[in-house]
Amino acid sequence: MAAVTPDQLHDHHHGPTGLMRWITTTNHKDIGTMYLIFSFIMFLAGGVMALTIRAELFSPGLQVVEPELFNQLTTLHGLVMVFGAIMPAFVGFANWMIPLMIGASDMAFARMNNWSFWLLPPAAILLIGSFFVPGGATAAGWTLYPPLSIQMGMGMDMAIFAVHIMGISSIMGAINIVVTILNMRAPGMTMMKMPLFCWTWLITAYLLIAVMPVLAGAVTMLLTDRHFGTSFFNAAGGGDPVLYQHIFWFFGHPEVYIMILPAFGIVSQIIPTFARKPLFGYASMVYATSSIAILSFVVWAHHMFTTGMPTAGQLFFMYATLLIAVPTGVKVFNWIATMWRGSMTFETPMLWATGFIFVFTMGGFTGLICAIAPIDIQIHDTYYVVAHFHYVLVAGSLFALFAGAYYWLPKWTGRMPDEKIGKLHFWCSLIFFNITFFPMHFLGLAGMPRRVPDYALQFADFNMLASIGAFGFGLSQLIFLWVVIKAARGQGEKATARSWEAAEGLEWTVPSPAPHHTFEEVPVVK
Amino acid sequence: MSHALDKYFIPEPSKYPIYGSIALLLFGSGAVMWLNRVDGGALVFFLGIALLIYMMFGWFGQVVKESETGQYSKRVDVSFRWSMGWFIFSEVMFFAAFFGALFYARVLSVPWLATGENFELLWPQFTDSSWPTAGPLAYEAFTPMGAWGIPAFNTLLLLTSGATLTWAHHALLKNDRATLKKGLLLTILLGVIFLGFQMYEYFHAYSDLNLRMDSGIYGSTFYLLTGFHGLHVTIGAIMLTVMYFRINAGHFTPKNHFAFEATAWYWHFVDVVWLFLFVVVYWL
Ligand code: HEM
Ligand SMILES: [Cu+2]
Repeated sequence: MAAVTPDQLHDHHHGPTGLMRWITTTNHKDIGTMYLIFSFIMFLAGGVMALTIRAELFSPGLQVVEPELFNQLTTLHGLVMVFGAIMPAFVGFANWMIPLMIGASDMAFARMNNWSFWLLPPAAILLIGSFFVPGGATAAGWTLYPPLSIQMGMGMDMAIFAVHIMGISSIMGAINIVVTILNMRAPGMTMMKMPLFCWTWLITAYLLIAVMPVLAGAVTMLLTDRHFGTSFFNAAGGGDPVLYQHIFWFFGHPEVYIMILPAFGIVSQIIPTFARKPLFGYASMVYATSSIAILSFVVWAHHMFTTGMPTAGQLFFMYATLLIAVPTGVKVFNWIATMWRGSMTFETPMLWATGFIFVFTMGGFTGLICAIAPIDIQIHDTYYVVAHFHYVLVAGSLFALFAGAYYWLPKWTGRMPDEKIGKLHFWCSLIFFNITFFPMHFLGLAGMPRRVPDYALQFADFNMLASIGAFGFGLSQLIFLWVVIKAARGQGEKATARSWEAAEGLEWTVPSPAPHHTFEEVPVVK
Repeated sequence: MSHALDKYFIPEPSKYPIYGSIALLLFGSGAVMWLNRVDGGALVFFLGIALLIYMMFGWFGQVVKESETGQYSKRVDVSFRWSMGWFIFSEVMFFAAFFGALFYARVLSVPWLATGENFELLWPQFTDSSWPTAGPLAYEAFTPMGAWGIPAFNTLLLLTSGATLTWAHHALLKNDRATLKKGLLLTILLGVIFLGFQMYEYFHAYSDLNLRMDSGIYGSTFYLLTGFHGLHVTIGAIMLTVMYFRINAGHFTPKNHFAFEATAWYWHFVDVVWLFLFVVVYWL
């Protein structure tokens, strides 16, 4: 089999057709599209689980699901959203946009790129299939803490292998992205000229390569503790269940930055376009991102303040965590300074981006509150933490994903997103999001524990409110489907190459929709 | 303006990735079934492994062909170099998790079990927290693995194999194919002897020392660390063997032989892991 020759390159598409085209493709745009569709399907699957949880919590008492199934649902909701929805969605953006942004014709390893994607469906089959095996899915929480995770049935083993497969996928995907960025830039595209989205992904990919293997190690120890008689997490044999927490969170905290740094990147692309000003403090953004990445390795035990750490340890992890607020603050400052005196318009992507800044920052603040050890001892494992991480993950990562999707939809489909429906999607999401998650702060402060199917009567009102908000939020997401399908079917206003009046960057120099092969002639950046 | 294909290599659509995905699905679900005593689990598991091996043969074979027919530019070579480096970094982090577990047990969790409230409330009979230990509920005594017998010899073997591999590499750079083959063969041989000794050591541990996977935290860390290292030596030895066949087939030039270099990087990485293992698992 020969490589693609130059004259074949000019064909719109070459190779197998139909389903085989998608299964065998080595094209970064095809693969990016598959990532995005896959992640949206997972988003809906995880969403159905979340709505079942909220239906159960609508009022006190047990009415919709058995407690066992409730715990399985909270666990799989977390795993599916983190590993199935948010992470693959960002990889989809990386696949589509990084080659276009740096002027490369494709990713560095196009075949391996295909494998990174096609490992995800098997992992999803294992994860979601685990509901249907004897004993059901794992119910240990998405963090899979022992001793619970040592005791569960075969659903737990399926989750372990799913995590392994997703880990392989992530590591290969991350290596591909790092190498593409380091080695495939067009002449003149120096590192400090790269769009910030590429920078944030470069650093994210580095984090992925560093911590996914650690997670693999953690779940391998779970597996051998479960089946081969080892005692890593068993105090009777000299091990310690808390050891698992250390290893898991050594992965887990960088993981949350893996889910937010590309979001920072997307927002940093969008704000300058609609403020019609270059990004304020580009270099400081790069340094802030790097320092967040470095600091994220030394803060993991802020998830473990209640495990009985020595005071010196508590203090260290508390101060280290609070330190992260500095580079994060630099970023928020820069976004706002970019908007300062800009001539701003609020098309749908900009609405999402500004919404992101506002609501994500609230999540950042509650993070700081959680990071203060004496306070966290009160609110750990309560709904306050649930509120915190949904503010940063839904209003952070997910809002940025939507912002990016509306922003680059013209490049992907050749049609502008429908502004009216897009704005409706934004406002519904913003309002319902806050109705759902804002009351959870109060629930947590009042002492309602997380991961429980039933609760004391005094929590009833806020829970009912949160459940109503959740259904509203869930339904609002179907609006997004409408916008995307409309654009993908070629309806709506035709997009120009630049699409947005003040959009800057190489991706806007190629036609909309971007042809199957771009940058066959290597562009030169001045 | 230069044309993209002067710089980049864009492969044809390929079926190998999907074979790999199906293979890992079979591998994973087969392992789950097998571990939970579902009929046919072992079959599905080995089917997955077989398909994985088939996929690797096909995929790597194609890469070798592309490389030998000169389709890879300088830039592709640089991409391979970066990616191999990052891959080894990910492997380092995988081992770090297990070394971390060992340090945590030795420095923190085991001493904690013999002091303070843990000691009073849980297992007051557990007074000797010195390493090695199988923990407070160890019901069978075991003898830990000594450092200065086979393990020390194995250290010597691996260090020598690193030297012979470098010798082979220098021969390749000078286009001295006979010495290259000799050095490579010697390296493989040393690796295989290492693995043989490792296997003997496990056998000895189980039958004479009563040191098993379930010998508490000592057994856990001992077997997982040495086991994963042994697995990596096996993979490295297979890679070296492939290099040997490729050299016999006339592949590689003094200028163009990154597959060989990557294998050497990997082999040295496995070496370094062993040195750490020798010090903290066997010796101290
Ligand atoms: C300003 C930066 C942040 C700080 C200081 C911070 C701090 C914390 C702390 C201390 C906790 C532990 C609370 C507890 O369990 O008692 C926590 C939990 C969590 N954070 Fe953050 N956080 C920050 C940003 C983020 C971001 C950006 C994300 C993700 C996009 C995130 C995701 C999470 C998640 C998922 C949990 C809960 C994990 C679990 O127990 O299941 N955080 N955060
Ligand atoms: Cu954290």
